[in-house]
This record gives sequence, structure tokens and C-alpha cells, in this order.
Amino acid sequence: MRVALFVPCYVDQFYPQVAIASLELLEKLGIEVHVPSNQTCCGQPMANSGFASSTEGCDTNFFKNFEGFDYIVGPTGSCILHLKEHHPSEKIRKSVFEICEFLVDVLKVKSLSANFPHKIGLHQSCHGQRFLRLSSMTELNEAPFSKLAQLLDLVKGVEYVYPERADECCGFGGTFCVTEEAVSVRMGQDRVESHLKNEIEFIVGGDTSCLMHMEGILKRKGSKVQVKHIVEILNHA
Amino acid sequence: MLNHAEASEKFIEDAERTTWHDETLWFVRSKRDKVSKLLPEWEALREQASSIKDHTLANLGQYLEEFETKAQKNGIIVHWAKDAQEHNEIVHSIISKHGGKALVKSKSMLTEECHLNEFLTKKGVEVVDTDLGERIVQFRNEVPSHIVLPAIHLKKEDVGETFHEFLGTPKGNKDPQFLTEAARQHLRGYFLGANVAITGVNFAVAETGEFVVCTNEGNADMGAHLAKVHIACMGIEKMIPKRKDLGVFLRLLARSATGQLITTYSSHFAKPREGQEMHIVLVDNGRTRQLARDEFRNSLKCIRCAACFNTCPVYRRSGGHSYHQPVAGPIGSILAPNFDKSANVDLPFASTLCGSCSNVCPVKINIHEQLWFWRQDLMKEGLAPLGKSLSMKGMAFVFSNPTIFRMAGYMGRLVMRFAPFIVNNSFNPWFKQREMPDAPKESFQSWYKNRK
Repeated sequence: MRVALFVPCYVDQFYPQVAIASLELLEKLGIEVHVPSNQTCCGQPMANSGFASSTEGCDTNFFKNFEGFDYIVGPTGSCILHLKEHHPSEKIRKSVFEICEFLVDVLKVKSLSANFPHKIGLHQSCHGQRFLRLSSMTELNEAPFSKLAQLLDLVKGVEYVYPERADECCGFGGTFCVTEEAVSVRMGQDRVESHLKNEIEFIVGGDTSCLMHMEGILKRKGSKVQVKHIVEILNHA
Repeated sequence: MLNHAEASEKFIEDAERTTWHDETLWFVRSKRDKVSKLLPEWEALREQASSIKDHTLANLGQYLEEFETKAQKNGIIVHWAKDAQEHNEIVHSIISKHGGKALVKSKSMLTEECHLNEFLTKKGVEVVDTDLGERIVQFRNEVPSHIVLPAIHLKKEDVGETFHEFLGTPKGNKDPQFLTEAARQHLRGYFLGANVAITGVNFAVAETGEFVVCTNEGNADMGAHLAKVHIACMGIEKMIPKRKDLGVFLRLLARSATGQLITTYSSHFAKPREGQEMHIVLVDNGRTRQLARDEFRNSLKCIRCAACFNTCPVYRRSGGHSYHQPVAGPIGSILAPNFDKSANVDLPFASTLCGSCSNVCPVKINIHEQLWFWRQDLMKEGLAPLGKSLSMKGMAFVFSNPTIFRMAGYMGRLVMRFAPFIVNNSFNPWFKQREMPDAPKESFQSWYKNRK
């Protein structure tokens, strides 16, 4: 199977460690990973701002970079969701996978060599959770499950806890984070506080954008708690 | 008028009140979770409600006509109004005929939508809202901030002050029971004196020509049973085919709205009592326009339970008035652009698209998707501020060109590392209350190139 790593634009520029961990983790699991070098963005920032009509160049570029692969795997639920719902090519829509989804559903990973002896707060990002169905949702009358937790269960030493209101949005919301700055920050502060109540050392999630937002808030308040993408835990020796 | 972002910023300035507002509404959401999980068939009920509404909307004309025929047979006088203006005039003409100077009105979001109170007040008719929350906001010359809990933006201290001013209760008294009793005594006189009562409608049953009004306070019943004339105002989307369908909707409504098993009063009005006159006004006011739009038709399924308000993390932290529309919250944000695109261009953007609203909706409206569709529609109409269109075009250009993207990223990180003041300043809304991410020396792609 031909697997490509999709590295969202802001991960490439600001969180290279998340892409590195994704690459290493997949390689450890015996996958030959290709990294198309001319990839940029999925187009979501424009589309969610009401400019889906302007994403043609972006879509074409994505297609050129990724058309030859069976699986396109990326470490962020939100971008993957956008591609799954809105990319014009059916081939692309059907080949994109959020990395936890890929590990659980496609690779069916049963063991990992990871070790992370820390207490972490698990943040379930909305797009991964509610639309990619990475975990059950508190609004619905359904049996609880979580693909993220399933993977964390394979890591030695880690203790994960959920905040109160387990799946409340952190308030990032794409351009919402600047156009509705006041609400966005207030939501982020509330989310961070509910994690901190659990006396955790890290906030861990599957969407780097939510983590970036909460990291900005943690740093401003001078907290020592850090954020980490779940692949950084799964890849931690 | 402030847009949603500006009004929210003001609301949030009072951090303590914001916490209280958020927690109060979250409490309602939690109650809803609890009772909905007591029903193993909950998700099936939602599915059924959604299908009934789909079917009804697909055959709306037929059901409306059936309802009209049956209602007339029952002795109800049926009126049709194409818009708010016509609705208000019809209501006023009925009142004038009976020489009414004051009327009692129970909760009706439709009459809020049509601005009936303003219209009648200008014509010299005193309108007294009899729902406790609505009466409170009416005293304060405000509009409801929530469709089920109209005064949820107010604390008991605020109500105490308002009642001191308007009802002469002792200054500083904020005892809920005392204040409620004062409102009861105050409203009693109006109930006894009014010869016209207006109510809303929760469900209109085509099969029988009856309509159902749900209240917890019994104020709709008190009004309608005492007055000589009962006028019920309803949007045409309130139709359901059969009486037995109520077995689905009444179970969902109260559980979704307040976490109650059933609304205290679910009153069926089928025909006027002897000597009474009963009118029903069927209002379009843009609903057929929405019905014709494939992407937005679904919004007409709404049964006004406000579960989407209570779950919305944005609504809980910005308050209903920040939506500057009679119906606030997520559902309001997809209904409002149908009335006026340019005045409500901010509302579909007042969301993170987290999707919780669609998950709690008892009739399975795809609210978050409709927010997304409205964003596209409004921007296509050219309603974006110039700066936004330009920045979107710029972004689209950069992301279409990998070389320019790499260069821009490189320059951006360089600036952030060596001249952070260029981004870390008050012109950058991100930086106002958040730190910028650290700018790494190299991007992933350049690391990857060197790795090989």
C-alpha cells in the first residue's frame, strides 16, 4: 500500500515535531511513508470563512501531490474532515485518514513500544470526534468508545484523564479565533481551567490547531503545563 | 447595532456573570442529557421526529389545507398572512372589532419575529406578556435572550430591581418566591380584565384541526379560558399530520428543552367554547422561501426547544442579545439570514462549527452544516468586508503556489524569531490574550529534505 503523509501548513511551519513524530511512528510500524514536497494547505481556512469558491488552486495542488496514493494520512482531524467532505476528487475524499483512525481502523495496531510516564488531560477535538467519529459523543445516547484512548492504552506509564464536560469545544474554530476573539479566548480559558483542575502535566489531543490555541492561553497565564499531539506520545520511547 | 463579536466582547467583560450564564445553561444541557439517556429509544425517537417533519414539509400545502378545513369545521376562524405586516394587521383588526384596549399574550416566538407588541402598542393597544420571563424583559424594554428561558440573562437581583421599579416590591428583595407572587398578583388583574388572549402554537394537527400549546406556567390556558376571544398565531411549519405524532414530539420537546419528562401543560385547543371566538393566523413570513432552498429547508423542522442554545459553547458565553435577533443561538443563526442577509451576515460566523447543536437537536436539523452553507451564500453575495475578501484571495494564492508558500512560511518564522514585536502587538487579535506559537528554526519540509 502506498501511504503519503499529509502535513498541514501550520504544522509544517510551527509544529514540525508533530509531523516528525507522525512519520517516525508510521515507519516504526513498518510503513513506507512518502512525503510529497509541494503540499501546502487543505483549503479549510478559506472554505470555513465562506470562500469555498476560492479553494480551487489549493485543491488542484493537493490533488497533484497526493493523487498517486492509497492512503493519505494526516495528524489533524479538522483538515482531514475538510478534505473528506469538500475535496472535489472522490479518490482524494476516500483516501484521507486522520492518523489515529488510520492506526486503529486500517493498521489495526495492537501494540506499541511507547512509554510516557506522565499524567495527561485528553482533549477530544470536535471535528475528529463528532464528524470523523474518533470517539463517542456525550450528546448522543450511545455506548462510549474512543480511538484515541484505545491507542493510549497501548502506551506504558501514561495516565489519561478527561476534563469535566468531556467534549466541550476549546474555542479555536479556525478564523473564529481572531474574528470572535473574545468568545474564542473565553472558551479556551474555560477549557484549560477544566484540564488544570485534574492536575495534569500535558494537554494531549489529535488536532494541533486546538492545541496551539490552548498553548497560547497556557503560556500567557504562565502555566508550566504543555500541550502535545497524541502522536508525540505514541512515538515516545 | 453591534455585531455578534462586538456584543459578545461586551458581554464577556463581566467575567463573573459570563461564568454564571455558562454554568446555568450547562446545567440545563446536563438535565437534558440525563433524561434523554433514560430512554433507550432516544435516538430512534429523534429519527422518527425528523422523518415526520421531512414528510410534512414535503407535503406542507396539502396538510395546511387539511388543517384549515378541519379547523373551520370545528368553528375556528382561519386567517392566512403572507408576512409579518399582514399578520400584525389581521391580529389588530380582530382586536379592534372587539374594542379591546388591553390583551394578554402567552409566549409566542412568532409574534416576536413579527414585532407584534411594537405594532399594537403604536395602535394604542396594551400588550401584557404573561409568561413570567417575558413579562420581566417586557418591563425592561428588552427582548427575550432565549426562546424557552426569556430572562435567562438576568439574575434574581436584577429581577428584584425591575419589580421594585415597576411593581413596587420592596427595594433589595430578591426572593424568587416573593417576586413570583408579586407577578402573579399583578398579572391576575389583566387576566380577568382582558377580552382578547393571544397564544402561540407548538403543534397544529392536520388530521383534527386542533392545535397544541405547551407551557409550564399555565398562562396560555388562563388567558385563553378567560378571554372572549382567543387568537393563536403560528408559523406554517408547526404542522404535524396526525394526533398520534404528538406521542413523538411531546416526549422530545420537554426533555430537550428543560430536561423535564413532559411540559406541565400541553393543552389541546380544538374548538371555541360557547360564546368564545377562536382565531388562528397561519403565517408564512419567509418560510416558503426557506422551503424552496434545498440546503436550508431542514431548518423548518425546528420545534423551538432551544437545546441547541443550551449546548452551544458560544451562546453560553455571549448571551442571547449578542445575536440581535428574536431567535438567538445556533438555530437563530441559520434562520436569520433568510429574513435579511446583510443585517445578519455575522451570525453564521458566530460558531466554531463544533457540531454539538446538530447532535442535541431532537428533529436532527444539520445546524452546523447550514451555518457553513450560509457562510458560502453570504460571501458569494459580496457581503464580506473588503479586508476579508483580500486576505482570502491572498491566502488562496499562497496555498496554490508551493514555492511562495515555503518562502512566506520561512519569512514569517524569521520575523517571529528575530522581530517578534511585528506580530506580538495589539493589532494582532491572536496576541491580545494568547501567546504566539514558538517559531521553529526550520519547517518540517526542510528538516525532511536534510534527513534524506
